[in-house]
Formats: sequence, structure tokens, C-alpha cells
Amino acid sequence: MLGLVVVPTPTWYLVLSAVLFSIGAVGVLVRRNPLVMFMCIELMLNAVNLTFVTVGRAMSDINGQAIVFFVMVVAAAEVVVGLGIIVSIMRRRSGVNVDDLTELKG
Amino acid sequence: MELFVFTCASVMVLVGALGVIFRKHPVHAALSLVLTLFGIAVLFVAQSAEFLAAVQVIVYAGAIVILFLFVIMLLGVDKAEDLKIEPIASQRWIAGLAGLGMVGLLTAAVVSGSDVLRERGLGIASSVAGENADANIQQLANSIFSDYVFAFEVTSVLLVVAVVGTVLLARRRTGKGIA
Repeated sequence: MLGLVVVPTPTWYLVLSAVLFSIGAVGVLVRRNPLVMFMCIELMLNAVNLTFVTVGRAMSDINGQAIVFFVMVVAAAEVVVGLGIIVSIMRRRSGVNVDDLTELKG
Repeated sequence: MELFVFTCASVMVLVGALGVIFRKHPVHAALSLVLTLFGIAVLFVAQSAEFLAAVQVIVYAGAIVILFLFVIMLLGVDKAEDLKIEPIASQRWIAGLAGLGMVGLLTAAVVSGSDVLRERGLGIASSVAGENADANIQQLANSIFSDYVFAFEVTSVLLVVAVVGTVLLARRRTGKGIA
């Protein structure tokens, strides 16, 4: 049909996931709301998942997808525990700012 | 066709990710996160990882974001964060520079390593997707339930521990007894 049909190579997917990971990292550094910081961690996890799937496909290896499956399970557990911690911290204080959380300071 | 899908999905992913960072309101950030997660699911489908795309939509866009929204609602923390205030001086600039540097480094690494992928990458989609429609699920099941069956069982223990721990953490203290 058309002379030039550009097919995205694995490199495109990897660069996209690199950008996504960096956006997540900047979000963790910049935001001060613990919930939003959690969301940025989810962004980074998703970037890594995309990398695993892409490289697994490029290497014709299904194990990349198996690893992503386990990463998703662990991410779900991590979110549950993290939100539980946030709920129990925020119940006894009003503000939501991670700079105010200094209970563990020596 | 794959180019079109890739472009649309990347725009979804990037717009959602930037929304998570820049929207002041936590609820808006959570909804932007949904956009990103759907974009990632589309990219999974484009790379013939259909099972993971379904799990992505169900677990991430369904369960995890709903959990976020529930916590926002429960805590009443849905006040907009004032992004003008900078708690640490010039922190934003340094964070932005660090992010740009990270993009540059990762992109350089990916580009310099792309030859490795291209050599082995011929005929990739066919061997992963196979000729029948369920090949992805069958291969994944073969991998998880044979090579990784122990990790799979440990995963169930992890989930039980996480649920019990969260119930203990988030429970109101009644005064007597532990926790």
C-alpha cells in the first residue's frame, strides 16, 4: 500500500517507558501529598511493567510477562499496606503534608 | 496501524502522567492516573500481551484507583494542594533537572542497547502470539504454573499478610488488648 509504513520498534516503547518513569520520579520529588506520591510510584511501576513486556516480546520470551504478573500482585499488596498506613497516620492529624511527618526523627 | 495505536496510547499515557504531577486536586490526579493506566493497557494489547492488559484494567484501573478514591473520600483530604509554595528552596528546579537527566540517561542507554533487541527481534509477535487466539494465555499459564509455581504460592501468602496487616493498621484502637 503506502510506501513508508513506520512500525514502532521496541526502542520506541522503551523510550516511552523511560519518559514515564522519569515523570513518576519527578512527581515523587515534587509533590507533598502522600496520596499523590503513591500515585507517582504507581506510574514508575507501570513504566517498568511496560519495559518488561516490550523486552519480553523483543526477545520472544514469555517470562517477561510472567514477571509483570508478579509485579502487579506485589503492587496491589503495596498499595493496600501503604494506604492503610496513610489512613492510620492521617486519622490523628489534620494536614496532609509529608514534610510534617517527623515522628521517626531521632 | 500499530503506529496509530502507539501514538494514541502514548499521548494517553503522557497526558495522564503529567496530569498526576500537575493537577492540584488529588481526585483529579487519581483520574489522570486512570488515563495512564488505560494507555498502558492499550500498549500491552499492541504487544500481544492480552492477559496482562485485562489484568491491568481490572486490578489497576479498577481496584487500585478505586482504593485511592476511597481513601481520599474517607480522609477528606481532597483539598487542593497549593503548588505555588515551595517547601525547600529551588527544589522544583533541581527535581526537574534530575528528571531531564534521567530521561537523557535512560534514553541513551535504550538507544545504545537497541541493537541487541533488533538482532533477536525478528518474528517476535508471531512466536509470542502464536497462531491461535489463546496462545498468550496458554504460554503465560505454562510459565507461571510450572517455572514460577512456588513464587505464585508465596504471592498468595503475601496477599493474605497484606490484608490482615492493613486491617490491623487501619482499625480504630479500642483501648484494651493489642492493637
